[in-house]
Formats: sequence, structure tokens, C-alpha cells
Amino acid sequence: MAKQYETVIGLEVHVELATKTKIFCSCSTQFGGAPNTHTCPVCTGMPGSLPVLNRQVVEYAAAIGLAVNCEITRECKFDRKNYFYPDNPQNYQISQLYLPIAKNGYVEIETGGTRKRVRIHEMHMEEDAGKLIHDEWDDTSLVDYNRSGVPLVEIVSEPDMRSADEVIAYLEKLRLIIQYLGASDCKLQEGSMRADVNLSVREAGKEEFGTRTEMKNLNSFKAIARAVEGERERQIELLEAGKKVIQETRRWDDNKEASYPMRSKEDAKDYRYFPDPDLAPVIIDEEWIERIRAEQPEFRTEKLERYEREYNIPRYDAEIITESKKMADIFEAASTACGKPKKVSNWLMVETMRLLKEHGMEPEELAFSPENLAKLVELTEDGTINSSVAKEVFEKIFSEDVDPEKYVEEKGLKTVSDEGALKEVLQKVIAENPQAVVDYRKGKAKALGSLVGQTMKMMKGKADPALVNQKLKELLDH
Amino acid sequence: MEDRKIADKISDEMIDYVGILAKLELSGREREEAKADMERMLDYIDMLNELDTEGIEPMSHVFPISNVFREDIVTNGDGHEETLANAPLMKENCFKVPRTIG
Ligand SMILES: [Zn+2]
Repeated sequence: MAKQYETVIGLEVHVELATKTKIFCSCSTQFGGAPNTHTCPVCTGMPGSLPVLNRQVVEYAAAIGLAVNCEITRECKFDRKNYFYPDNPQNYQISQLYLPIAKNGYVEIETGGTRKRVRIHEMHMEEDAGKLIHDEWDDTSLVDYNRSGVPLVEIVSEPDMRSADEVIAYLEKLRLIIQYLGASDCKLQEGSMRADVNLSVREAGKEEFGTRTEMKNLNSFKAIARAVEGERERQIELLEAGKKVIQETRRWDDNKEASYPMRSKEDAKDYRYFPDPDLAPVIIDEEWIERIRAEQPEFRTEKLERYEREYNIPRYDAEIITESKKMADIFEAASTACGKPKKVSNWLMVETMRLLKEHGMEPEELAFSPENLAKLVELTEDGTINSSVAKEVFEKIFSEDVDPEKYVEEKGLKTVSDEGALKEVLQKVIAENPQAVVDYRKGKAKALGSLVGQTMKMMKGKADPALVNQKLKELLDH
Repeated sequence: MEDRKIADKISDEMIDYVGILAKLELSGREREEAKADMERMLDYIDMLNELDTEGIEPMSHVFPISNVFREDIVTNGDGHEETLANAPLMKENCFKVPRTIG
């Protein structure tokens, strides 16, 4: 009988903080600048330069630490992690090993109706490295230090996850908390959130862990799920063949759905960590912690309850809307503006979700103003426009944030309520479609639909379809 | 006391390994010299073990200061010219270096 195996997974998650400047210098962190334009002697490791800590980095890091139930280290310090690589101009990365800013936390995850805690071992502040671009022409590498010195926190979990589902649930939970805090946009594709997966397998029921590998280069939730499955299978195959798993770092190639060894994993002692003498210790006193705690936003769990209570929308709606901070913000502002939360929720859940999917966008990228959505709800509710026109207008709000009142006025999209004009068009449609009229009278319901469609087309969509339907029936049934 | 010296631990394997971490290729003679240098340095460090450090907080900073911060305001402009001024090799405003793996 085949042996049963259990997968044991721990995660190292790097998150780029949403500060305006780098961690130790006043260079911009903005994405996409021309190579090396956001650099200075500090972030390129020039001799004699002095790093000075960005206060906002500590604010964000402590806020994340508190939100994931960590203890905040009252006196934390920075250490140098020494290694040689062209993306690291100082030949050391400033990080925290001995006294990281936060430790011993947890987040709660839910998979398949089961709740569990994933413990957080520690969280530390550090700087990002530069970017290496391979130059095909010269077969050399080009180095851009714009990302060098961008602030990161690294969140290290305990090996508490047992499946790809749990890994994804954990990452989604972290992402949501950090987005709610406004501490990062957490985009996996753009690298503002990165996860390294430490994975081992052991025979079911065994206490001790198997040899683990670390997997890098995972830039989507789907890639992470595939990598977890792939690595689990690879390790089980090795064990079944009587071979050993080697402790190493592997690079996941999502196109090939396979991983390849990178370099043998250095031990912590190989990095020759030592305290950075250029940086003074950071003392976070009770008062500071209390202020950060007091400024913590309303998180998802509280929002869910409030939405049901205050806005009277179904739990299902509230769950979808609160999956994104941006979406939740739009919902609250638009509902306050028009006083019709369920209608606002419908626009977000149906049309907004559809358009996001169509454009391959994340909810955090939504750029329309809640006021314009509120106006659209009002125009629809008071019958100024019908629902198909409303959808058309919403697409414009979604892509260009147009003011729906102006747009409807300019494009002449108001519903025609003049019954005389409608009757004229109806009579014309009936005269031009004798076959459909015959079919309808024979009992073919579809024929009526086609006549309604013709009428709407002739009225350029500006009629109320329910009214057209009713009037058509009246004319045909007599 | 004698047998606890860290300097005694500098074996041939150790010097090769340190060479790998430091990305240095050492010839036979250089290796022997580096080994002797390193042993002298560690002998010096060994003196610390003779001191009684019981109850003394490890010091990471020479001045009794803490919480030295900058506000999060961009004050640096385009620094690429200064940054690249001494680049041995350059291309498209990037440093050009030997091909890295990957
Ligand atoms: Zn800089």
C-alpha cells in the first residue's frame, strides 16, 4: 500500500512598503523611472555615505506587526547581511536579524469552512536590492539601482501550512490586512508582494520534519499553487525512489511547471551578520505603540458585520465587496451619497466585477469616483435612463470616470416617455414585420422579443423595455 | 585556555570556504599567506575571551543615541549622472557587469 505524505509549508513574504522615499535616503520609490535616476550615494553604497532611517517605514512596519498580532520589539536594531552580488552595491544588505521589529504573531485563515491559525515567527525591516537585466546583445548584465533601498518588510511564518489552499488563504489574508492599512498595494505581478515557499514532506503521522527546499520566483497565486503541488510531488518521488531531498533553493519556472536548483543555500552564519554601526537603535515606546494601535483602520471582519447591520446588504455581497479595500471605500462613499446601498452593491458585484475581469484588472486599480456611481444609481432609480443605457453609461464611468448626468444629457440618452412617439414607432415596427406578428399570434413568444428588440433599436435604446413590451402586447392582442 | 582559541580552527577547508564566500580565487602561496594573516587576526580577537564580560550589554553603537529619523519627503532629484560617473563599464544608463546566472 502506498505511503501517505503530509506537506509542511512555511512562507517568507516580502512586501514593499508604500513610502514616498527609500528606507535610508530621500530618493523616490516611484516605479518605472529611467535606469539609475532614483539613486544617490547612500542607495548605491558609496563610501562615506550615511544612511538615515525613514520614520514612515517604522510606522508601517509596526502597524503591520500589530495587525498580525505580533509583539513589537521595544528596542530594535539593524544588522548587515553580507554577500556579494551585483544587485547589492554595498556588498551587504541592511536587514534585521538579532532584534527584528516584531515577533510571535499569527493570522487566522479559513479553508473549506475550517479555521486555523498560521503563526508568524517574526517580521523585520530591510532594504530591497537593485535590478539586473540580461543584455542579450553583449551577453552581459545591466544593473539599475532604482529599487535599491526601497523599504521592505519580510514576514516569516512558522511551518504551519499543509496545502496550497492554506498557502493562498494565508497570502490573501496578509494582502488584505496590509492593503487595508495602506502600507502597500501588494501586487504580486509587479513584485510589491513576493513569496518564497519553504516546503518539505513527511510520512503522515511522523513528528519530525523532512528536509525542506526553498522556492523562489513565484509571481501569482496560481503559480504559487502549482509550485506547491509540483514540489510536493517531486519530493515524494525522490523519497519513494529511496533518494534524499537536498536542502537547496530552487527557481520555479511557471511556463514549464517545474523547478530548478539555484544555489546551495547559505547558512545564516555565512552571511556574517553584525549590527550596523551607522544606524542608531529604534526605541518604540508604549505611547508610540498605542498611537499606532489607535490609528488602525476598521478591518474586514468588523466591516462585514457593519455592512450587514448599517447598510442592510446580504452577507454574500459584503464578503465580495470587502475583499478589496478600494471596493469597500467606493461602496461606502457611494452608498452615503445616494442612500441606496443595495443598488450600489449590485453595480459593484455584477458590472464592476465583469469589467475588471474583461480588462484583466485588480479591484485595487479601480479609478472611478464613488460620486459618479451614486449619480448613476439615482438616474436609474428615478427612471431618467433605462437599465441598458445605464450599463452603457457605467462602462464610461468605469473607464473614464465620466459624470453620468452630463454624459446622459450630452448624448441624449434619456428615456423617451412620450407615449405618442412610442406608439408611432410601434406601429411602424408592426407594419414592417408581418411575419413576426403572425408568429406571435400563433403563440411564439420569441416573436414578441424580436419586435421589442426592433423597437428599442429604432428608439436608439432610449425607451423603457417594460413599457415597450406592454404597449406592443396591447396593440397585437386587440 | 589554549585549546579554546578560534585561531586554531583555520583549516585548509575553512580558508577555501571563506574564499568562496568572498568571491576570491587564491593561489597556493596566497592561500598560505591569508591563512597566516587570518590566524594572527583571530589571535588578537581571542584576547577578548580573557575579559570578564558577565552582565555587560553587547554594544552595537558607539553613541548613546536612538531614534534618528528622516521624514518621508523626496528631496533627491535625478542622480544618474553622479551615480554612473565612475562606472568602469556602462550601457543605457546602467552599470554593465559580467553576466549573472539566470
Ligand atoms: Zn538614494
